[in-house]
Amino acid sequence: MRAEPRLVLAEDNALLRAGLTQLLEGSGFVVARAVDNAVELDEALLEPELDGAVLDVRMPPTFTDEGLRAAIAVRARRPGFPVLVLSQYVEQLYARELLASGDGAVGYLLKDRVSDVREFVDGVRRVLAGGTVLDPEVVAAVMARHREQPLDRLTVREREVLALMAEGRSNASIAGALHVTEKAVAKHINSIFAKLDLPVDLEVNRRVQAVLAYLRL
Amino acid sequence: MSDHHPVPEPEEAHVARLRLTWYAAEQVLWMVPLVLGLVLFLVGGLLVAVWVGVPLVAAAIPLIRALTRRQRHIAGEILGVELPSPYRPLPEGGPLVRLRAVAADPMTWRDLVWILWAITFGWAISLIVVVLLLGVATGFFWWFGCYPLLWMRSQVDRVLLTYGSTETLERRVAALTISRAEAVDHSAAELRRLERDLHDGTQARLVAVSMSLGMAEELFERDPEAARRTVSEARAATSAAIADLRSVVRGIHPPVLADRGLDGAIRALALDMAVPVQVVGELPGRPPAPIESAVYFAVAECLANASKHAGHQQAWVELSYAGSPGAGVLRVVVGDDGHGGADVDAGTGMRGVMRRLAAFDGTMTVSSPDGGPTIVTLEVPCALSLASSSPRTTPSSAPA
Repeated sequence: MRAEPRLVLAEDNALLRAGLTQLLEGSGFVVARAVDNAVELDEALLEPELDGAVLDVRMPPTFTDEGLRAAIAVRARRPGFPVLVLSQYVEQLYARELLASGDGAVGYLLKDRVSDVREFVDGVRRVLAGGTVLDPEVVAAVMARHREQPLDRLTVREREVLALMAEGRSNASIAGALHVTEKAVAKHINSIFAKLDLPVDLEVNRRVQAVLAYLRL
Repeated sequence: MSDHHPVPEPEEAHVARLRLTWYAAEQVLWMVPLVLGLVLFLVGGLLVAVWVGVPLVAAAIPLIRALTRRQRHIAGEILGVELPSPYRPLPEGGPLVRLRAVAADPMTWRDLVWILWAITFGWAISLIVVVLLLGVATGFFWWFGCYPLLWMRSQVDRVLLTYGSTETLERRVAALTISRAEAVDHSAAELRRLERDLHDGTQARLVAVSMSLGMAEELFERDPEAARRTVSEARAATSAAIADLRSVVRGIHPPVLADRGLDGAIRALALDMAVPVQVVGELPGRPPAPIESAVYFAVAECLANASKHAGHQQAWVELSYAGSPGAGVLRVVVGDDGHGGADVDAGTGMRGVMRRLAAFDGTMTVSSPDGGPTIVTLEVPCALSLASSSPRTTPSSAPA
């Protein structure tokens, strides 16, 4: 990844497009191209000198799930191409489809997460670095589905850590969110992996994949 | 002969006539069960007030209906048209509830009139046909007379046992008037609900946001730290307002329904359920948007009810479409392996679903014996547009 990663931005609402461009450029990214429809997006994604894309799900011409389809298509063409998909609403179904489109370098967030600028920019960086970023709402829905599962064996704190892990956060980021030390987080993670019989892996993204596979998202 | 006919030979003339005569013989023999049915019904009807009549009538109805069903079939064969069963569907419930529904069905009373015909003049016509064959010398009259005679009889049977076109139309208009009124009521209630959701949720939260921002404006000069806190509170309140708005939008028309059509949206819905929901079947095209939406909310209501009451381990949804895409029936079956005993009339939700489906001539039937399983069948006649929904990228039957 170069010092100033070059991104494609697709968002049909002019205000949001301008806002996102400003936000990304102010945070050390270069918005190589900002488009407002699926046709131009397909064209923009052909450019070789790109580090990733930030896409809105719903765009012209049909106003359905063009952004999602473009994300899956580009990752089929360019395996591991980092894509962050933004949407007004999240569906587990779409999260599954995105995760199935390749290993890591993928994100799926609600649009309103943008309002927490630091968190959002951190998410973009993690996706560009090959990580997985999932919206807390998706994770919460998945965790709710597992009410009567071995998750019961986890303590409340361990469940919180598991949810943050599933969102794709690093140890440092989990520690920050829960106001504990990184060491304590590592201890919780070891305990969770032992209780759920998951293979211990220090590489963050493989760990996220293991957790998501466990949660059957 | 070397050249075979590609089409099957029509039934030979004498076989056809013998078959007609067989029908006539059947009708002659019906004299006994018909009289029995009539007497049971009349005596039972008179004695209903003192209870003993109830089982008598309950025995007479299936007997009479079996005979009229056979007669509709025979008359249909002779006239070359299909005569559909005109009875109203029986409600769930005890024998008295069903008895009352039977008594309220005008076709029950027309059946009785038909019996009077079938044991007098109708019977005589059938008897003549049989006798013409049996008396060998009258074979000539039988050969030329059996069809016209039975055709005449079948016309009368048809008039008595089915509704004419005017009556059918009148009934259709009455049904449409009711379903239209219910649809209008339903949409008015929906609008009221939306108004309430927006008023109590989103609107109230936005008022809070603008208040916080106003306060922050005041505070910037005096206490920048407090102002910053107020602004971040305002931001949290906008997030809540957006979340509210999202749930309102889902309640109006879930975005995934627009994106992926009925089968995709039901698969997405299944993933959000706390217990595993298996979705099987696919639709060859997309139903009209209003029907898609009505069926989606019906399925959502069924699954929500199941998770609230049924105590089940798993649920399933089966999607299918029978008939040509231009004129067929969309059928969705929602089932769960819970303890059953679901009561349609208990909740307003299911009744709302029924009303909404009724606006499209759709029906909902619930089978939920104690001990389960509960099976809800939704059927809506509709055309499918063949523009297919999006290509699927993962095997989408839940759970993976």
